[in-house]
Amino acid sequence: MTLTANSADIRERLDAIVALHRDREGPLLPILHDIQAEWGYIPQEAQPVIAAALGLTRAEVHGVVSFYHDFREAPAGRHVLRLCRAEACQSMGADALADQLRAALGIDFHETTPDGRLTLEPVFCLGLCACAPSAQMDQRLVGRADLAKLTRLVAEVGA
Amino acid sequence: MKDFIIPDRDMGTPAVHSDTIVSLTVDGIKVSVPAGTSVMRAAAEAGISVPKLCATDHVSAFGSCRLCVVAIDGMRGTPASCTTPVAEGMVVHTQTDDIARIRKGVMELYISDHPLDCLTCAANGDCELQDMAGAVGLREVRFDPGANHFMQREAGALNPEYRPKDQSNPYFTFDPAKCIVCSRCVRACEEVQGTFALTIEGRGFDSRVSAGMESDDFLSSDCVSCGACVQVCPTATLIENKVIEIGTPEHIVKTTCAYCGVGCSFDAHMRGEEVVRMVPSRDGKANRGHSCVKGRFAWGYTSHGDRQTQPMIRENIQDPWRVVGWDEALDFAASRLRQAQSDHGRDAIGVITSSRCTNEETYLVQKLARAVFGNNNTDTCARVCHSPTGYGLKTAFGTSAGTHDFDSVDDTDLALVIGANPTDGHPVFASRLRKRLRQGAGLIVLDPREIDLLSTPHMGEGLHLPLRPGTNVAVLTALAHVIVAEKLYDEEFIRSRCDWDEFMAYAEFLADPRHGPDEVEKLSKVPADLIRRAARAYALAPRASIYYGLGVTEHSQGSTTVMAIANLAMMCGNIGVPGTGVNPLRGQNNVQGSCDMGSFPHEYPGYRHVSDAATRTIYERVWGVPLSDEPGLRIPNMFDEALAGRFRGLYCQGEDIVQSDPDTSHVTSALAAMDIVIVHDLFLNETSNYAHVFLPGSSFLEKDGTFTNAERRINMVRRAVTPRNGHEDWEITQMLANRMGAGWNYAHPREIMAEIAMTTPSFSGVSYDLLDREGSVQWPCNADAPLGTPLMHVDGFVRGKGRFIHTEYVATEERTGARFPLLLTTGRILSQYNVGAQTRRTDNVVWHPEDVLEIHPSDAENRGLRDGDWVRVASRSGETTLRARITERVAPGVVYTTFHHPATQANVVTTDNSDWATNCPEFKVTAVQVSPSNGPSEWQEEYRHHSEIARRILPEAAE
Repeated sequence: MTLTANSADIRERLDAIVALHRDREGPLLPILHDIQAEWGYIPQEAQPVIAAALGLTRAEVHGVVSFYHDFREAPAGRHVLRLCRAEACQSMGADALADQLRAALGIDFHETTPDGRLTLEPVFCLGLCACAPSAQMDQRLVGRADLAKLTRLVAEVGA
Repeated sequence: MKDFIIPDRDMGTPAVHSDTIVSLTVDGIKVSVPAGTSVMRAAAEAGISVPKLCATDHVSAFGSCRLCVVAIDGMRGTPASCTTPVAEGMVVHTQTDDIARIRKGVMELYISDHPLDCLTCAANGDCELQDMAGAVGLREVRFDPGANHFMQREAGALNPEYRPKDQSNPYFTFDPAKCIVCSRCVRACEEVQGTFALTIEGRGFDSRVSAGMESDDFLSSDCVSCGACVQVCPTATLIENKVIEIGTPEHIVKTTCAYCGVGCSFDAHMRGEEVVRMVPSRDGKANRGHSCVKGRFAWGYTSHGDRQTQPMIRENIQDPWRVVGWDEALDFAASRLRQAQSDHGRDAIGVITSSRCTNEETYLVQKLARAVFGNNNTDTCARVCHSPTGYGLKTAFGTSAGTHDFDSVDDTDLALVIGANPTDGHPVFASRLRKRLRQGAGLIVLDPREIDLLSTPHMGEGLHLPLRPGTNVAVLTALAHVIVAEKLYDEEFIRSRCDWDEFMAYAEFLADPRHGPDEVEKLSKVPADLIRRAARAYALAPRASIYYGLGVTEHSQGSTTVMAIANLAMMCGNIGVPGTGVNPLRGQNNVQGSCDMGSFPHEYPGYRHVSDAATRTIYERVWGVPLSDEPGLRIPNMFDEALAGRFRGLYCQGEDIVQSDPDTSHVTSALAAMDIVIVHDLFLNETSNYAHVFLPGSSFLEKDGTFTNAERRINMVRRAVTPRNGHEDWEITQMLANRMGAGWNYAHPREIMAEIAMTTPSFSGVSYDLLDREGSVQWPCNADAPLGTPLMHVDGFVRGKGRFIHTEYVATEERTGARFPLLLTTGRILSQYNVGAQTRRTDNVVWHPEDVLEIHPSDAENRGLRDGDWVRVASRSGETTLRARITERVAPGVVYTTFHHPATQANVVTTDNSDWATNCPEFKVTAVQVSPSNGPSEWQEEYRHHSEIARRILPEAAE
């Protein structure tokens, strides 16, 4: 997506999101959340627009966007599978599971299947340590994850 | 800080000002510092260096490197000394066994992700990481090689963490492989420069310095190439290309920048006679360790191939130049000047002094006119920029100069910026102002164009009054109207410092509805409500300051505008205390000095009129010749007299009048009518196309002398390199004068300064010894103020009572109409300087390869123009062509351009209208028409043809 040519409506929506939050205290994160909700990622072209509106620079906006792993700089696949890599899950075999899963899906972390259906992401703690290793398919949390369970979930969403 | 050769030590954290003094003990040494000082700085005050990587006194403490940890009695753990403030009775230990182990561990982690190519690294010998490894006694790194950012390939595979060098900036290189992510560069860009072009992207192991966004490199980012990041980088990550090319410098020459009127102090880091880098001096009182892209990087012109180093002469201006020896050139020049006088009278010749040369050189050139030519035909380029400042401020306050020093900006609560574009024209001042704006000071901008200062990151809302060019007086008078109508003036100040009756008369004048915001809105197009808000903000701010530029002076009512500004400051009591004042941002490095040195036809040095018998007697006695009491010719009068056949010879030092003066064709025909034009310059400039003698000049790196900046600060210029042309400029003027029988024998500029001090009361305390000792002084410097005067008019105005002068708005004769419906105004850009003679001969051209015309979208649409189209700009005087840039920065009806490139020659279109009092040309208002074009104008073609002919140099005869 580019915000310059033939994208007046996108620019209009962006301006509306910025206008909604600009007078709040700490407006940047709410704006970024809304943009990600709208387009599924934070288009780079949006960063200077946000910066100008908030009296920041595009470098600063980029610094914030890149700091938070959940703000995407490119659109994700239709579904996102997160696998916890934090200590408790590692102690319960999450590393081995990660290797099996990557081999099964044919993609690495942060990658999307060629058909655009599924993105695989690492995550550091889902708060499900008691049921480690844990994972999350879109909004759905998964405890005691193993390869069979995860590949079934992947098949269920059609990826 | 690569400070191995910098004598003033980095204290780790910035100085703190406090009336409370706190005493503590560091490693058994007692030290007392202001409350709020960091433990690190207190240790440095005691002479103890605490190891550090992320701390530098350029920026506030950050506490990220964990190398500066110390032990403090009674305090748990090992606090970072940079972020821990001192407390009374604190006992600090900077070296214990525990701390030594912690520091070694920290260094091991740093070194585990850093290439060990020290011997071939550009920062070798000048690297703080290297120094700290030594300081903590690092002898081994226990970590196995693993993921890292510096190896391009690992075991044959590409390292995904590796990023190549960014060499997009022409002056420095960014090598991420050497980065330790200390954030100094990011913080310097924010705190020192105020541009916020850099950030740390990602987090944890992914943290990297990033210029702009993902898709940016340094050149495409917001980076303005000020070099503050390069200066603070502790490693070779950000480093000058010259250092990569040459190696580390071995000595320093302290000198002063030769670009704008801020007058930054610089340390020229030298290797032999070669400049390795220019580093702004931390003890420089104008710049406080900061610089812009021009001062730090754009000095390559001094060794550019176009630089002329040999004298040349020719019979007439169509001939090719003939290279000759100094004797022949000076004899030719002297005899033609004398011939012109014997044929056409004593007043038939004159000089133009330079605002780029030193005080001493300027003093000699005006002395040449007065004492050797026997007339007062001396003028200077200040005629075309700040002459109304001199006249206006002298009339109101009694001195022809700004009232405050730059440090004063740290105390201001509101800055009113009028007709100036500091981020481009005076960048180091702009950075200091931006810092204050981020701290909450208010900003009002009175300018036809939306200048960058208004989009200062992290600033509150600024007020922009986008007035029609030429309506300054009306708007300023309207501000005064509101202040008086709403009784916002400072009665106590006016009663004690000014004449109350005079103020009441002015108030009565202001009360007329024609000065009210509603009437003024009609002619200025500034909404009345904005005028009211601005007036209230200025009057109600506890300490409000005014900074103004050529957008004030270069008008038919330039002097009136300066007086209106003075009136505003006086009626609100904004004079005499830090944070207030009336401060012209002077354009050139020594425009203040050239005015001080008696460059004007009616004034001796120190602004004393030539008709004043007492002053004249002083100079007659010292110079040993009778002097004329008749004011001489101003620059425009010289041209008029030349066209009338009465003015026949001109010695023009370091100024390109063809490019910088208005109505170019008038200037060139005047020059073509003279018998002898002597150009004394670094380059064959545009004026030399009309010259008979070319005397090669010396650059600021090649001479001793002084420059005086906008805050009246006299700064030392020191010779770092032997003059490539063989002589410093003052020597050349002396040789010419002696050819005409002067009998001067100055051996060094210090002797010239001694003569200036002897004859000029406001300079009587100035000497090279004093300047060497103090670094700089601000005039007046005399028995009353032996160390100079940072703030003027503290207890009373120099003239006694401040004077309110009525400021009636008179519209310029330059009006828009059917033929010329748009108003053209002109300005400057950061990377280029004035006519560009210097900056065009540096890599600064990557930022501004040509002049463009800014035009509002609606005006562009009416004319069928697209962004980047060639357009013809025509006025009553002439026409030129350039490319259009469509932008909303200018209001509808207004177009804007710069005048840095001779091919454009914006001044072909400017008119010969000028200030009523001083003849300062009205550069800022020209009625024009803009239309599509497909190539250069007829004038541009003709001029190019003549330039080619006039710049030919005969090959030297082969022996």
